[in-house]
Amino acid sequence: MHELGIVMNVIEQVDRIAADNGAQKVAGITMEIGEVSTIVPELFLDAFNWAKKRTEYLKEAELEMIIIEGRTYCRSCGETYRTTEYGKKCPHCGSAETYLLTGDQVVIKDISAVFEQEEPGG
Amino acid sequence: MQQVKTILLSKSVFEDNDAQAEQLRCDLRKKGTCLVNVMSSPGSGKTTLLVALINALKRDYSIGVMEADIDSDKDAVTVAEKTGVRSIQLHTGGMCHLDAGMTRQGLKELGDGLDLIFLENVGNLVCPAEYDTGATVNMVILSVPEGNDKPLKYPLVFENSELAVISKTDTLPYFSFDMDECRDYIKARNAGASVIAVSAKTGDNMDELVSWFIRKISER
Repeated sequence: MHELGIVMNVIEQVDRIAADNGAQKVAGITMEIGEVSTIVPELFLDAFNWAKKRTEYLKEAELEMIIIEGRTYCRSCGETYRTTEYGKKCPHCGSAETYLLTGDQVVIKDISAVFEQEEPGG
Repeated sequence: MQQVKTILLSKSVFEDNDAQAEQLRCDLRKKGTCLVNVMSSPGSGKTTLLVALINALKRDYSIGVMEADIDSDKDAVTVAEKTGVRSIQLHTGGMCHLDAGMTRQGLKELGDGLDLIFLENVGNLVCPAEYDTGATVNMVILSVPEGNDKPLKYPLVFENSELAVISKTDTLPYFSFDMDECRDYIKARNAGASVIAVSAKTGDNMDELVSWFIRKISER
């Protein structure tokens, strides 16, 4: 259910962009999904494939997801580490003075839009 | 003939909502209205706590309530009956959260001239934390029976909330809830958060919570 809400948001945005650009349809969407974004990619894909049928331009669109690794920075020792393995506590020095550098994003990277090409001279 | 073009976006899914939320927050500040987004799990005692809080504040401030649920108007009716303040129900239509657009719509329905509005978000610790509603205050309620480890399991909602209320403290004798550990977990997520432990049922420590809101309203 959580994934579905975000999917609805994505398809609405992409549908609008397709319409604004005068595209005929959208063939593909590439998204960057952070490892610690709380999105489960399998559920996200299922929700996408269900929801796209209800759109104007995305009926045949394929979704590609690029998973972005979660990395955390430690303020105490300046090292970075993999978030999913160690969480909030730095494995190098044990400090909890850390913050997430990357890995929480949910980004629409690009879309492949199909256009009707004008006839030569037309 | 067809031609395929790639349109580069690199656009966060939450970008549109974040912009709408920021605009709404600006509008609210101009009007001098304090909008409190109340987040928690289902069954944390949100409605009971709000009723107690509103009854303590309603003599001095004009208050409104927006109840968000997937369906039913039970909470809006309960709050209206027990407090007498203006209360409306928002239906999210199957969605697990409210966004800034839905919030703006609800505010329109509720009308102008209010000092304090509580927005009771859908009972859920995950999705409401991701969608900025445009509220001027984010608040999370954690009830004693849920356990003191929730800030570890659902970090985002605690990171985004300037007020964390630990509710149902009257049940402390029956659960192994470590209050100090819970406070530490919340502070580790958000060092600046206010943490206030109360029982709306017995009224224990409600004064501190009421004072917090009076201070907040005076800062508008």
